[in-house]
This record gives sequence, C-alpha cells and structure tokens, in this order.
Amino acid sequence: MVWFQRKLKGVITPTTEKKETPEGLWYKCSECKNVVSTEEHANSFYICPGCGHHDKIGSKEYFNILFDNNKFKELDAKMTSSNPLNFEDTKKYSDRIVATQKKTNLKDAVRTAVGKIDKQDLVIACMDFDFIGGSMGSVVGEKISRAIDYSIKNKIPFLMISKSGGARMMEAAFSLMQMAKTSVKLSLLAKAKVPYISLLTDPTTGGVTASFAMLGDLNIAEPGALIGFAGPRVVRETIGRDLPEDFQTSEFVLEHGFLDLIVKRNELKSTISKLINMFNN
Amino acid sequence: MAVYLDFEEPIKILEEQLEENKALQEKGIDTSNIIKEIEKKLYDTRKTIYNNLTAWQRVQVSRHPDRPYTLAYINAISDGTFIELHGDRTVRDDKAMVGGFGSIDGKTVMFIGQQKGINTKMRQLRNFGMANPEGYRKALRLMKMAEKFNKPVVCLIDTPGAFPGLEAEERGQGEAIARNLLEMAQLKVPIIVLIIGEGASGGALGIGIGDKVLMLENTWYSVISPESCSSILWRSWEHKEQAAEALKLTAKDMLTHKLIDGIIQEPVGGAHSNPNEMFVIAKKEIKKQLDKLSKLKKDKLIKERIKKFCSMGVYEEA
Repeated sequence: MVWFQRKLKGVITPTTEKKETPEGLWYKCSECKNVVSTEEHANSFYICPGCGHHDKIGSKEYFNILFDNNKFKELDAKMTSSNPLNFEDTKKYSDRIVATQKKTNLKDAVRTAVGKIDKQDLVIACMDFDFIGGSMGSVVGEKISRAIDYSIKNKIPFLMISKSGGARMMEAAFSLMQMAKTSVKLSLLAKAKVPYISLLTDPTTGGVTASFAMLGDLNIAEPGALIGFAGPRVVRETIGRDLPEDFQTSEFVLEHGFLDLIVKRNELKSTISKLINMFNN
Repeated sequence: MAVYLDFEEPIKILEEQLEENKALQEKGIDTSNIIKEIEKKLYDTRKTIYNNLTAWQRVQVSRHPDRPYTLAYINAISDGTFIELHGDRTVRDDKAMVGGFGSIDGKTVMFIGQQKGINTKMRQLRNFGMANPEGYRKALRLMKMAEKFNKPVVCLIDTPGAFPGLEAEERGQGEAIARNLLEMAQLKVPIIVLIIGEGASGGALGIGIGDKVLMLENTWYSVISPESCSSILWRSWEHKEQAAEALKLTAKDMLTHKLIDGIIQEPVGGAHSNPNEMFVIAKKEIKKQLDKLSKLKKDKLIKERIKKFCSMGVYEEA
C-alpha cells in the first residue's frame, strides 16, 4: 500500500520553492534508519516511506500543508518575548531569546495565521518546537488568545496545532498563567459556538496538555506522537517500574478516551477540511 | 515535638529557655520577670527572622511539617459545620483533594482543597497532597453543584503538584486540569482562592481560577518547584536557592507582577507558630471578600474574572 502518495489535489509544493532544502542531501529516518532524499521526504509530508514515522515539522511546513496554495495572512507576526523576571540560569533569558531567534528565524514558539482550507476560512495557531522546545511563555499565550479573538469576531473555526514541552520556566508564574489565559479565552470561543479543533503532534506535554491542547471540540493527533501531562521519565521515576511500550502515544491516548481520532499527515488537510465542512453546513 | 527549620535555631533556643523557666516557676521559684523577658525576645526574634526570609526559606516554611493543612483551615473557618462530600461519580474518591459544604457564620460555602497528611500513614493516604484526575473532577463536580445552588466557592491550595503517575496519565490528568480551567472561568458564583502552602504548577492552578486569588505570606506559587527548576536548568538540585530567587515565587513577587490579588499576613513566626490566629485571619479575609463579591452581578463577576486572567503576561510588539 503506497499510502504516502499524495491523494489530494491542491497541495502543490514545487521543489523549486523549497529553497531551504539543498539538493543532494539525504534524510535518514530516526526510527528505522531508512534513507530518502530530502526532496522526496518533503514531498511525502515528512513521513518516512519505510516505517511511517512522522518527522517533527514546524509552522512553516504545517501552513504549507494546510492552507490553500500556501496563502495566508499572519497575525501578530512581530510579537516577541521580554524578560519580565530578569531570569538568568546558565544564560540570560533575553540572550537565549535573541540567540534562538537568530538560529530559527522565528520570533517565538507559536505562529498564528488566517487563510483558507479547501476554500473554507480557518484560523491556525501552530507551535514551533525548535523555539526553546515549543515552550509556552507570555508571547505564546497572548498570540493564541488573539487568534481565538479573531476566530470569535469573524466566526471562523480555530485550529490549534500543539507541539510543546510545556510551560517556559524562564517566565515562571507568567508562563503558568498562560494556561489560565488560553483556557479562559477558549471558554469564550465555546460560548460563541465557534468550532475548535485541537491537533496534538509530537510532543505535546505539560502545561500545554493541561490547558488548550485537551480542550478541543475535537481532539485529534498525528500517529505515534508523545502526548501526556507528566513526561515519561518523571512517571517512570514516580512509579519505579518500566512503562508499557505504547505509554503516552497517540494510540494509547485514543484508547483511553481522550482523542477523537488519529490522522496521518498526508490525510490531515482533507480530514480537517471535511470536519470543518461538517461544522459549517 | 515541635520541628524547627535551620534558620529557626535562635527561636528554638529561646523556646527551650522559656520552657525551663516555666518549669522552675511551677516548682515555686519566681521566674516571671525572666519569662516576660524571654517572651519579648522570642517575639522580636521571630519577627526579625520572618521579616527577612529569603525566597528559599519561605519555600521551606510553606512545607513546615507543623503548618496547618486544608482540613484544619476548613474546620476552623466553618466552625465545625463542614460536611465532606466524596467522589467524582466516575472512578473513585481522591483523598488528596477534599471538598464539601460548610457554613461561615450562617452562610453556606463550598470548600475545596488539596489535603496533605499529618503523619506518615496519612501522608500516604493523602498521596502527599498530589491529586489524580479524579480529584480535579471531584472538585469540578462540587463547583458545579455550588453553582446550581448559588453558593460561593472557596479553594485552598496546598500541593507539590498534580500526581505524575501511570494511572493519572491513563485517566487524563492533563484533560482534567484543563477542563477545570475552562469551567472555572465561566462559573456563575464567586470563587475565592487561598494559597495556604505550596502552589506548584498546573496541579495548583487546576483549582486556582478565582475572582480573588490570595497568597498567605509564607507560601509560594509558580510553574515549577525550585528543586525541579534547578535540576532542569542547572542539571543538579544544588541550585535550588538560586532557582527559588529566579522564579520570583513569593507572595510579594507575585503581587508585584499582578499575578495574584493580595497577600494575607501570617502570625509572627509563620502560620505554624499560631494556627488558631491564622484561622481567624483567614476567615476574616474570606468573609470580607465574599461580602464584596456577592454584591456583584453574575455577568460582571465573570467578565472581571476573565479580564483579569487575560491581562496576565508581558511581551513586546515592534
């Protein structure tokens, strides 16, 4: 079964536009060590053709996969973190931010945008794991909140793509309160009866799981993602024995009743599009 | 036997002297002047020590084994009228989270809070104050009932965190906490939250969305404990004092950053030095806040609550 072949029209990603992918490089799957060209890997939604492993991707790739013709309007693109607590561990938090911005070309750990998915309006907030582990600080909380505001105001369904280790320690209680802030905003979205789809990707843990990621009208996940509140290492130390092999995978979380469905990335756009169509009509 | 923290050593010495002199007094030797002097000195020493606590020392006080726990507060504040209600109606009763009706001077209130154990056996039963998803779901059930019968909710927070166990994960610890945050935002009755000990992360916040969130003077509230923060950022537990400072987790810091609404003073020497006085202070504060909040219309109450939490955060826009 060649399930990674593109079935859907409209997701056209000419390789000539993929300037960040130098030719001649190869991608080696972290799970099965299968090797494909980066070009082929990108064309198959960053899914390993050998074992089906979904490689971690960021907002740029998700927007490209989901928005029609990769067209969208980014919201609050310039918002950045400040250092409210003058936090300093082995490095100053403000220096860490600047260095990460330089390295990743991102402003913070979430990007929000509005565009169309199969001609239907959709607001997407997508986290970037490359930015300090996708951790949630004030910027993440505020940008998600404003994206929700946009959804409420314009009655456009909201898709949250979570990929995060949890709260950002360097913002301490400020980051904790982003859990409150985003959940409080979602209560307004729920009251306005605007659909909220939460997509949980690898990994979704900690304060993100314990706030917006688990609050979707629909909670969906990519296959094999790590989803949990406490990290597996902490759980293992707590109970003092080995964990079941599938512990905290998407499949495990679905079996325990906390996910509506698991969707492969090559079917992500068509599935979300169909679901939104169900809500809209 | 009273327990003394390392920085309480001068207090320990004075209390021992006080005991000795009291014993002499009982034997018929007049030591009343000395006793008076020691008592004054004890008061001053307590005051000096407790006015100058470092962040880490406050964390230690918040975990002081003699410090009163949730049920002690509830029983005192409700004057013994508390009726504990059990179970989440789905899986089981979580002993780390307690709740039920109690009366404050004739008015019914729904009390909810994490409960730590007072001895080894009870600590195990109470799971060290670390609730499972059932605890958060019980809390939500009771809050919904309070809403139905228009009773205000008082939450007392004292937890080292939500329980990171295997079954907790299976039964959706993250979902349980998240659900509470969303539901508490829209609850149509006043919610008063007191942090009476440890306020660790999502496990604390899971019953922490309130119209008034107040911290006792010697408590802490943050996204992570100083020990865990130290082990993650410095890769060792050695830097816990530094982490405690960096996290800005004291009541004073939290108020400065407008992440809480107020601080409740503790008796000189901390809540454990005079629990009864602490209960009186806490009760007075709860009554004051309930009076204020009960005058607000429900819509306004919810609107203000939402506005407050939505304004939390610091960022820059170019």
